[in-house]
Amino acid sequence: MSSATATAPKRMLARPMAETGWKSWLTTVDHKKIGIMYGALALFFFLVGGLEAVLVRLQLAQAESTLLSEEAYNQLFTMHGITMVFMVVMPMAAAFFNFFIPLQIGARDVAFPRLNAFSLWTFLFAGLFLYSSFFLGGAPNGGWFGYAPLSTAIPGNNMAFYAVGLQIAGLSSLVASVNFLTTIFNMRAPGMTMMRMPMFIWMAIVVQFLLLFSLPIIAVALFELTFDVNFSTNFFQTASGGDPVLWQHLFWLFGHPEVYILILPAMGIVSEVLPVFSRKPLFGYAAVAFAGAAIAFMGFGVWVHHMFAVGLSPVAESAFALSTMFIAVPTGIKIFNWIFTMWGGQLTFTAAMKFAIGFVAMFTIGGLSGVSHAVVPHNAQQTDTYYIVAHFHYVLFGGAMFGIVSGMYYWWPKMFGKMLSEKLGSWHFWTWFLGFNLAFAPMHLSGLLGQPRRTAVLPEELGPTVEMYNLISTVGALIIVVSTMIFLVNIFQSWRSDEKAPADPWDARTLEWLTTSPPKAHNFDVIPTVTARDEFWHRKYAETEAGAAVPIPAGASDDHDPDGDHGEHIHMPHPSYWPLFMTVAFPILGYSVIYRSLIGGVIGALWMLVGMFGWVIEPLAEGDDESAAAAAH
Amino acid sequence: MQVSETSMGVDNRKMAMWIFLGSEFLFFGAFISTYLLYFDRTNGGPGVEIFDIPFTSVSSFVLLMSSLTMVLAHHAHTQGDMRRMRMWTLATALQGMVFIGGQVYEFSKFNLEGLGLTTSPFSSSFFVLTGFHGAHVTIGILMLLALWWLSHTGKVREDQPLKTEIIGLYWHFVDIIWVIIFTVVYLIPAG
Repeated sequence: MSSATATAPKRMLARPMAETGWKSWLTTVDHKKIGIMYGALALFFFLVGGLEAVLVRLQLAQAESTLLSEEAYNQLFTMHGITMVFMVVMPMAAAFFNFFIPLQIGARDVAFPRLNAFSLWTFLFAGLFLYSSFFLGGAPNGGWFGYAPLSTAIPGNNMAFYAVGLQIAGLSSLVASVNFLTTIFNMRAPGMTMMRMPMFIWMAIVVQFLLLFSLPIIAVALFELTFDVNFSTNFFQTASGGDPVLWQHLFWLFGHPEVYILILPAMGIVSEVLPVFSRKPLFGYAAVAFAGAAIAFMGFGVWVHHMFAVGLSPVAESAFALSTMFIAVPTGIKIFNWIFTMWGGQLTFTAAMKFAIGFVAMFTIGGLSGVSHAVVPHNAQQTDTYYIVAHFHYVLFGGAMFGIVSGMYYWWPKMFGKMLSEKLGSWHFWTWFLGFNLAFAPMHLSGLLGQPRRTAVLPEELGPTVEMYNLISTVGALIIVVSTMIFLVNIFQSWRSDEKAPADPWDARTLEWLTTSPPKAHNFDVIPTVTARDEFWHRKYAETEAGAAVPIPAGASDDHDPDGDHGEHIHMPHPSYWPLFMTVAFPILGYSVIYRSLIGGVIGALWMLVGMFGWVIEPLAEGDDESAAAAAH
Repeated sequence: MQVSETSMGVDNRKMAMWIFLGSEFLFFGAFISTYLLYFDRTNGGPGVEIFDIPFTSVSSFVLLMSSLTMVLAHHAHTQGDMRRMRMWTLATALQGMVFIGGQVYEFSKFNLEGLGLTTSPFSSSFFVLTGFHGAHVTIGILMLLALWWLSHTGKVREDQPLKTEIIGLYWHFVDIIWVIIFTVVYLIPAG
């Protein structure tokens, strides 16, 4: 592979070469290992965020409960939101992006493998940093939206951890978005034109653009908050003339695109799963792709519907009411295309398919309650009630999480080379579906009956009906706990099982199923040449004149031979300590800001500088610099 | 990754820099928006009249000229003239340092005249916006010095003008943002 052993160059950190063992995971630059680590960390945070949700639900199971103190409740609901948004759904999407973007476009890795590892470790440290606040005087307690000036008035470091922790998490996603966009634009297999890409890749592009353009805005808002909280600036201080609405504008200008950052990966997954288990190509491919892009574009022009209660001018409210109604159009286009994909298909109700159909149904409910927010007077009634809580759980749990779990069942055999049990998968789906609807459907009603959000105690005067709805919600949450346990058992059983998954268990359509399960480090022995949308399907099936699929005898494709050794030199990047080394600087810098330590800041900055130079000087793969020099002469 | 291997014919690193710079525009855009909201909210402290337009014009001119030397450094690199490439790279970094020196002087002077970071929404948004721009220039200077140094160690060779070009992209961006900041933050409110 390289001439590394001949001249071992002198370096601060030796090149790690192990391909197995714990060290290989810490130093890996393989997009598949990084994807698996993203998924594992996100699953861990899902359990943590779920625990927080259960505590919140137990507190609200009856009126005037004293199970949790108000302070504890505030920290729990805030951390539940932050965890589920930034530590679960976003990294879960990143897990799939990492693992499947290179595989689906026929590439051997992402454009910047070490930067990819950098994103992963930055995300990990952001999560650890945020959660360390529980042991350092209290976790963030001002809501995931952190409304300033309120959040600047909270004593203690709670909201400082919020501002700095999210800043670090945002950096991770920003770097990943640059990496993924470059990968998709530049590293497609020969013949993989934009309109031949799998829909998941299209949605990945849209999400990365949303991240790219919305994260800098929240970065500015968080910097301003950090300066206000830690260095007494006046960005949000009304006493000295600061604007109390500025934060809301900046936050929601990020926050609404963020909603689509959370849902579009799931839409991509479902657009892969539904065609495979309907044995039909995706209906209206171009419409689905462009609807995704339209959602992203319009997503930057609807943020004020989060602020209708602020008291902006009627003109602004009318304009944003209209744009909010319009954004339902591309979303509706997608839903109809998914339904038409299933229409007349040969449906197979695997666990992945059940979760995908569950996604379409539940997301439609969440989308419809979303349109009702566009009606300004109605919005004024709903603001700060459980109706809103019901809405965004229908789109984020019923939408994003259903889609992500569908992706897990669909891609698990490819990722780990082992199947998940369909029987347990079915139990998982039905308990998940039941628990979800029990937990969140009653919130529509309790919200319309006036139950306020973000309050630690359910007031008794709301009456027994609201109290009953809350009890049902809590029972639903506990059913989701049981459902999650079934899923964990399923994972555990699959892990212990010796049964190997075939390369293509679902008779699927896209390139990732062309290679082995799990794929080799270099993904494809020979990079496939793409001639059609759903390339892999067309390698397996020809079409009769009536349109029926006829299997092509094996061996019809000339560039795929799983056992062949083509003697091609496959140039892969080598593992590196530097991404992990460099990201250690972020918690150092973060704590320095919070505790206003100049020495800590200097150490953090120097640490990062050493990391950068170590990174730049180390070649991507051993021998890279030398061989390039030789090739140049 | 050779250029010919990419789907769109642009080197990965160059494309990544363009994409990243797209994001940076939104970053400064949000800070400039905050400033535009706040430039007349002085909380009884000094306002925009504190700006010394002739002084900042000179330091802006120096930064603007550094883009020229950056282009010359890249041009020399494409010609394989490493001696000139190093010279222009150092000249660019030096002009950046002059600009940063001007900013340090300006900040200190404002402080003495009663405009501190915490004085008013105007001062907070001014210092944080221009401070973040200064941080960007500083990172650019570090990149230029690293480029100069690595051109001696063999990491940046004469057949790799792309490395100078990418740092140049960043440098020009920082320069363009300053043109916008100087116009919107200094000239328009003060004029």
